[in-house]
Amino acid sequence: MATIKLQDLWKHYGEVQAVRGINLDIAHNEFVALVGPSGCGKTTTLRMIAGLEDITGGMVQIGDRVVNEVPPKDRDIAMVFQNYALYPHMSVYQNMSFGLRIRKTSKEEIDRRVQNAADILNIGELLERRPKQLSGGQRQRVAMGRAIVRDPVVFLFDEPLSNLDAKLRVQMRTEIKKIHQRVQTTVVYVTHDQIEAMTLADRIVVMNNGVIEQVGTPDEMYSNPRTHFVASFIGSPSMNFTPCNLTKTAGGLAVRLNDDISLPVPEERAARYASYADKEMIFGIRPEHVTERRQHANGAQQDIDANVNVLEPMGIDTMVFFSLGPTEICARAEPSAVSNVGESMGFTVNMDKMHLIDPSTDAVV
Amino acid sequence: MVTATEVGGAATSPPLTFRSRLRRSVGPDTDGYFFVLPTVIIVFCLIIYPFGLAVWYSVSNAFIGEETHFIGLENFQYIIFEDDIFMLTVRNTLLFAAISVVVKVVLGLLCAMLLLRILKLRRFLRGAMLLPFVAPTALTTLAWWLILDPTYSHINWLFEHAWPFSLFDMGPYNFLGEPTLALSSVIFVNIWRGLPFFIITILAGLVSIPDHLYEAADIDGASTMDKFWKITLPLLRPVLAVIILFSTIFTLADFNIVYVLTRGGPMNETHLFATYSFTAGVLNHEIGLGAAIALFLFPIMVLTVIFLLRLVRRDSEYEL
Repeated sequence: MATIKLQDLWKHYGEVQAVRGINLDIAHNEFVALVGPSGCGKTTTLRMIAGLEDITGGMVQIGDRVVNEVPPKDRDIAMVFQNYALYPHMSVYQNMSFGLRIRKTSKEEIDRRVQNAADILNIGELLERRPKQLSGGQRQRVAMGRAIVRDPVVFLFDEPLSNLDAKLRVQMRTEIKKIHQRVQTTVVYVTHDQIEAMTLADRIVVMNNGVIEQVGTPDEMYSNPRTHFVASFIGSPSMNFTPCNLTKTAGGLAVRLNDDISLPVPEERAARYASYADKEMIFGIRPEHVTERRQHANGAQQDIDANVNVLEPMGIDTMVFFSLGPTEICARAEPSAVSNVGESMGFTVNMDKMHLIDPSTDAVV
Repeated sequence: MVTATEVGGAATSPPLTFRSRLRRSVGPDTDGYFFVLPTVIIVFCLIIYPFGLAVWYSVSNAFIGEETHFIGLENFQYIIFEDDIFMLTVRNTLLFAAISVVVKVVLGLLCAMLLLRILKLRRFLRGAMLLPFVAPTALTTLAWWLILDPTYSHINWLFEHAWPFSLFDMGPYNFLGEPTLALSSVIFVNIWRGLPFFIITILAGLVSIPDHLYEAADIDGASTMDKFWKITLPLLRPVLAVIILFSTIFTLADFNIVYVLTRGGPMNETHLFATYSFTAGVLNHEIGLGAAIALFLFPIMVLTVIFLLRLVRRDSEYEL
């Protein structure tokens, strides 16, 4: 059983606190993605799990064993590095078998495992080549192959796709998912790309400034972000935020964006938001919940009108940017229903999907 | 539109004049030859002409102040079959080069790896390390001559007066007067002088090996020794081959250290090709013989260079 448990994990580099007391439990065979902006501590956390970085405080446990003082080679882990870290003087076969040769595995066993991994990754005909003679995608596969042959209990990925071009990245993303389905192990996957995290992971861990902002399934992260940061980080294009005033009206509460626009809060949320009445709040809504004018499915839809500033056609949808008070809002609209730039357009806001953020705590209420 | 006559006209070329034949053999543009001319002249005057002259002297009975005659391979016959000192010189040169290069590689690797790990005083140490290399050889060798001199030897004084050496009743040694000790001393000073070049070059090689390879090896389960033998050393091989090549060439042709320390003595026991050739050709005025001795080094050098260059080419086919 390869569970991973991080308990109050700290990492200092001199004065800099890279990781500040994080707690995380990863289940057996679970695929967990650590995601966050550069410098948020995600790679440091991964390297502490790998044993490449000393732990300043707290505990790392793999399976039943506390591994704080266990060197990387005895942790039964494999890691895929951002720049692949293939040994340039060895052939693909030698690269993949290096760990096994070090461990004095028998020749037949090495052959069998390398062939098996090469089959999984479709790199059978590359085995005699040197890394230099491989393309980026092929190197990526070899790096994964080197991890697979070891048959470790934990797989660690450190931004493995960030050196590939956009198309290949999407392709390899699918590959990694397939491989995880075939080679069932616990995976910790670090990325700064939230789409990668969303598509691959069973659970996502969003980190920022050395702490965990939120842990949850991709759906939870998307629908119920708990902090301003997570709300802004997950989703592409990212959520719209605009300052508002939560006002009491005859029918309940309303989000007052400016003198002209005041959007009533759906009834079922009124109780939740009651204590924030008459306060300055931040109103958040995803572009996909601000659409061209549509028929209202229930009372939660609200109509607004605005002049179109910029259009970004994406094929299936067109992103429409318009000003709302001090901020620019991005809406996702049906291409045929979009007005020209500078002209007025009607939008429908689905208030069922709104988020309200308390600026004093940055928490989504 | 291309007509038949035009095609036919192009196919039958005009008869070749001398000019056009010359142009065909030297290329369309002759300016380039003028640009390389200065270099060609310099190379000819400073390398090809002296080398040719040396070859001519080696097959002549050139003696300072006398007429020179062609005598065939007599000089070579003499040094190979009759000259005991020459045989000593061959032995010395090979020992000198082999020992000093091997020790420099091993020590160079050790020191470079230490320097890589030292964090404090790093710049100072790296700079200080270069001192023996940048100080004029003749000058530093003179200092070594003083240190090793039988009368004033600092080392002998240390053996006699400084604890703990004084306990062992060692010395005094005649470092430059006793054949084995003299050759060892000469090799030692050569190592002292050449080591910085090895350290700095190997250090550069070590720095260029990315850390993530060692991290990957850590995770693959490699021990420190595994990492050295299977990652560090193979990746240093191109660098090592180059410095071994250079060092071998310079060590085989070394002159300064032996000349200042021992002048080939005692009893011609520490002669290298360069010093023996100088002694024979310049001091004893037998230019022909001196040239023959020096030329003998040439095929040895050529073989060494070919061998080592092969090694470099084979190993530089991967990138980091």
